[in-house]
Amino acid sequence: MIAEKEASMSNTNKTLAVAGAVAAALAAQMSTPAHAQAKEKCYGVALAEGNDCAAGPGTTCAGTSAVDYQGNAWKLVDAGTCTEIDLPAMADGTPRQGSLEPLDRDLPA
Amino acid sequence: MSQSAFATALLAPDAPTPPGLSDPEGRPAGKRFDIYRNNVVTSLTAALETAFPVVRKLVGPTNFKLLAGAFLRRHPPRTPVLMLYGADLPGFLEAWPPARTLGYLPDIARLEQALREAYHAADAAPLDPTRLAALAPDALMEVRFTLAPAFRLIRSPWPIHAIWRYNTEPGCPKPGPKPQDVAVLRDGYDPEPILLPDGAVAFLAALATGETLGTAMETATAEAPEFDLGPLLAQLLATGTITELETHA
Repeated sequence: MIAEKEASMSNTNKTLAVAGAVAAALAAQMSTPAHAQAKEKCYGVALAEGNDCAAGPGTTCAGTSAVDYQGNAWKLVDAGTCTEIDLPAMADGTPRQGSLEPLDRDLPA
Repeated sequence: MSQSAFATALLAPDAPTPPGLSDPEGRPAGKRFDIYRNNVVTSLTAALETAFPVVRKLVGPTNFKLLAGAFLRRHPPRTPVLMLYGADLPGFLEAWPPARTLGYLPDIARLEQALREAYHAADAAPLDPTRLAALAPDALMEVRFTLAPAFRLIRSPWPIHAIWRYNTEPGCPKPGPKPQDVAVLRDGYDPEPILLPDGAVAFLAALATGETLGTAMETATAEAPEFDLGPLLAQLLATGTITELETHA
């Protein structure tokens, strides 16, 4: 009887330890601002050779963009900021804007 | 000439030009075949160089070319897609005599391959943490998790995380002698190798094979009594590594 009681106490303690750890993890999760985690691919804003990508062979890769603000190269930016990034206008005066989709402008010759 | 004879000769540097290959004037096309043969080996070597930068740094560029040449002839690509080419490299390195003195090299190759697999793995929506918060303590012990397709685990008797960091980030401390286990977690698009505390690899391996949270916790504390679930679970949630939970026993 005593052994059974001890075993059940020990199980209760384990359950409480796991519940406590889960509660701590959830609290840590809630206190992290959501925007700090959210990133999105932003096209047409990276300087030449400054684009992101962590891929291996057979894919487009980080640091391979050939011109500034290349339209089909992306960089990870905080979600929601892509189209607000200040970019210089193009040579003919057309304003440049970042985009969540690949662009046709500023492609290497 | 058969396609397989052509393919075999491509990966055999000393093999004669397969008969029946001729240039526009009808002469044997030995030089042309040699150029093609060289391009095949060069492109596969370049793919391996891109895929395993730390292995390359550890053995040096010249040795890596030799290593790649030996590997690609024994393990040519099985698909035309090269993005995951090199999965057999860790096993190859274990058996390759010139690398025998570098015991950690296969596990470094495993880590680099895991990072690449994680990068190309499917996206998955992270678990809504409120679903975990809704569970009573007893139900928590019986919960099972689905982990993200990008999740990878590497157990190693070598300090692989420190070796990897020392060779990728400038100014990192020199690796110590302690064995290190690593999880590859992908928050968004970028996989990251995470150094695991004692017990965590047993915990994660149990979760990944579908064990309950309670059982995974027992496995971890049996290996490391001081195992602290809270910070690890917070990291799994923050990186979207837990994607689904199942509550019925």
